[in-house]
Amino acid sequence: MTTAVRTRALAAMSGGVDSAVAAALMAESGCDVTGVTMKLWCYGTTPVSPRACCTLDAIDDARSVARRMNFPHFVVEAEEVFRTRVLQPFLDAYASGRTPYPCALCNQHLKFGDLVGRMELIGAELLVTGHYAQVARQPDDSWALLRAIDRHKDQTYALAGIPYGVLPRVRFPLGSLTKEEVRAQASRLALTVWDKPESQDLCFVPDGDYAGFATRKLGETRGTAHGAFVDLAGRTIGEHEGILHYTVGQRRGLGIAASERLYVIDIDAPGNTVTLGPRAALDCDGLVTGPMNWLLPAPPADGARVTARIRYGHAGADAVIHAREEGAVEVRFDVPQPAVAPGQSCVLYDGERCLGGAPIASSIRR
Amino acid sequence: MIYLDHNASTPVRPEVAEAMREALAGSGANPSSSHREGQHERARIEQARERVAALVHAHPDQVVFTSGGTEGDHLALMGAAWGLRERGKTVAISSIEHHAVHGAAAWLKDLGFTIAHLPVRPDGMTDPSIINDLPRDTSLVSLMLANNETGVLQPVAAVAARAHARGMRVHCDAVQCAGKMPIDTDALDVDYLVISAHKIGGPKGVGAVIVRTGAPLTPLLRGSGHERGLRGGTENLPGIVGFGRAAELALRDLASERTRLLALRERFENGLRAIAPDAVIHGTSAPRLPNTVNVSIPGARSDHMLMALDAEGVAVSAGAACASGGVEPSPVLAAMGVPRELAVCALRFSSGRTTTEREIDDALAAIGRAVPKARALAPA
Repeated sequence: MTTAVRTRALAAMSGGVDSAVAAALMAESGCDVTGVTMKLWCYGTTPVSPRACCTLDAIDDARSVARRMNFPHFVVEAEEVFRTRVLQPFLDAYASGRTPYPCALCNQHLKFGDLVGRMELIGAELLVTGHYAQVARQPDDSWALLRAIDRHKDQTYALAGIPYGVLPRVRFPLGSLTKEEVRAQASRLALTVWDKPESQDLCFVPDGDYAGFATRKLGETRGTAHGAFVDLAGRTIGEHEGILHYTVGQRRGLGIAASERLYVIDIDAPGNTVTLGPRAALDCDGLVTGPMNWLLPAPPADGARVTARIRYGHAGADAVIHAREEGAVEVRFDVPQPAVAPGQSCVLYDGERCLGGAPIASSIRR
Repeated sequence: MIYLDHNASTPVRPEVAEAMREALAGSGANPSSSHREGQHERARIEQARERVAALVHAHPDQVVFTSGGTEGDHLALMGAAWGLRERGKTVAISSIEHHAVHGAAAWLKDLGFTIAHLPVRPDGMTDPSIINDLPRDTSLVSLMLANNETGVLQPVAAVAARAHARGMRVHCDAVQCAGKMPIDTDALDVDYLVISAHKIGGPKGVGAVIVRTGAPLTPLLRGSGHERGLRGGTENLPGIVGFGRAAELALRDLASERTRLLALRERFENGLRAIAPDAVIHGTSAPRLPNTVNVSIPGARSDHMLMALDAEGVAVSAGAACASGGVEPSPVLAAMGVPRELAVCALRFSSGRTTTEREIDDALAAIGRAVPKARALAPA
C-alpha cells in the first residue's frame, strides 16, 4: 500500500449547507480535511434559531457532515475574538450613529484571521470556506479575489477586508457553482443539511432587530437617549427614540407624519439629532473610506476607474478613486448614489476582480 | 494513532471480546427462565458477578449490574437518598465529582433535597474533617475514589469513618480507580460503590453498584425482581459476561500493570518538564492514579494543543468538554483553585494496557512540536 501525501486543509464549517458542501467537496477531491466550527457564544443563554449559524444545533450539523465524509471535526473557542473584534465594534458603530457591517469584521478577524493562525497547528496548507467567491492567479503572478459565478450569491463584498497574503492559501469550492448546484451536491453526498433554510441577516441577530439586540441582550445604553428629528434646514420636526434605532436611508419606523416620504439623511451622534429629508437628499456624489485593505500587491494608481459597491445588495456604481491620507481613498461616483451609510463597507472592483475595501468614513455631498 | 485517553475509555481486551462472542452465540435463553437453558445463561451471569465482586473485594450478593457508571451513580445516589428520606434530606457531594454524580444530585434537588458541596484543597484532595461541619440532616455523602481528570486519590475511608460516626451513608464512585489500584470495598467501609466495565477493558454499556448488605436502596427501574429487585430489566448478558472477564483479567494484572504504568508516568512527566520547564502538573502533591497526568503548559491553550496533537496522531483529552464540544476551564481544576489562565491550558494524558514506552516517547516528541505552535496563537 502506498500512502500518497495528501494536501491538508482546514475547513471552516458553520453548520450550514454551503460550508458543508465546500468541506465535503474538498474531502471528496482527496484532501486531508479537518473541519472546524467556531464557537462564538456561550450557548447557555442564547435562543435557538434554525437560521442562525454557529449554534449548538449548527455544531451538531457540522459534526454530522464530518462523520458522513469521514474527516475529523473540532469546535474552536473564539468567543473572546468575536466579542472584542466583532461584537464591540458593532455596538460602538451603532452608538456613534454609523451602520456597522460585522460580516466583514468576522471574515477579517475570525475566518481569515484566527483560523489562519490555527492552520499552522495542524500543518494545513489550505483554508476552505463555503463563501461564494473565487481566487485565481493572474498572468502577472498576483493573486486575485474574483466574484462568484452565481452573481446573486457572490460574497466578495463581505470578503474585501481579508488579508491579501492569505489568498494563495484559500479555497472557495463554491465559487464556480450556483446555489442550486450546491444543494444538488449536498443531496448527492447525502449531507443531512441539504435542505436547511438559508441564513438571513446577521447570524447573531436572526430576527433582524439590531437595536433590540444591542439594548436588551447586550445592555447597550449609548445611543438610546431620545433626541430631535430635524429637517434639512435644522428645524425640529419630532422626537427620535435614540440614534441606535436609525440608519442612513431608512424610511420605515420613523413615526413622523409628513406630506412627502421622509428618509434618514444623516445621523449626528454628538448632537443627538437625526436629519430627515426627501429621497433626493439621500444622493451623494462620493465618499471617503477608512484605511483601505487592498487585495492587490500595490494600491491602484491615483485616478483609477473602479466600480464601487456601498452595501451588500448594491449593484455597484462607476467611480474614480483618489488617494487620501493614511491609506484612505476618496471615491467619486459618475452618477450620484443614494444612502451612503458610514460604517458600511465600500468595496471596489475592476470588472470581476475585487480590489479591496474599507468601512465608509463619511459621505460627500457636492 | 497514539491513544492516551484511556480514562475516557480503554480498548476491549481480546479475551473479553472472545467471552462476549461466546455468550452471544449461546442458547439465547432468558437468564430468568426456569428451564435448563435459562439456568445455563444464569450461570454465566453469576460467574461474572463473582469475578466483579472479587475485583473490588466484595461479596457477589452485593453486586447489582447496571448499564454503566452513570446509571450506577444515579441508582446509588437517588435510590439511597430516597430510601433514607426519613433520616434527612441533605445530600453532600464533593465538588470534583463526575458529571454523573452531579446529574443525580440535580435530580435530587428537583425532588426537594438540599445538596451540599464539599470543597477540595489545592492539592486536589478532600479534607475528611469537613464531614464534621455537615448539617445534621445529611443522610448521604458522595466522594469518588480517584478523580477522573487529575487522578488524585480521595481519602474515602477516612470520610466514610467520620460519616458513619454521624449516622450518614457513603457513596463512592470508583469508576476511574477500578482496575488501576486495588479496591477493598470492606476496608473502605462504603455503603455504595460504583464501577464501570469500559474503563477496565470491558464493553461499554455495563457497570455495577456494590451495595453493602442492609444499606437502603430504592430501585429506579422496577421490573420482575431482577438483581434482587434493585434493577429491573432483562440482564445485558454479553455485556455482563464481558465485564466479568475484564474484571478477572484486571485483578490478575493489577500489580504488574500498576508498576509498569507508574514507570511510564515518571518517564512522561520527566519528558514534559524537559519540554516545558514551566509546565504545571496538577495534583502532584497528593497520591494519584498511576496512569493519569493532568498538565498545563502555560500559554499553550488546550483547544490548540488538542488539534495540534490530533494532527500528530496523538489522542488526548482537554479537561472536561462542555456541551458544545468547545473547551471550558475544568470545574475540577477551578475547585482546586487553579487560575483560569492555567486551567484553559490543561490537558489530560491517560495511559493504559496498550501504552508502550515507545508511544510515550513519540507522544513527547509530538508535544514538543505542538507547544510552540500553540503558544504562537492568541493567548487565553
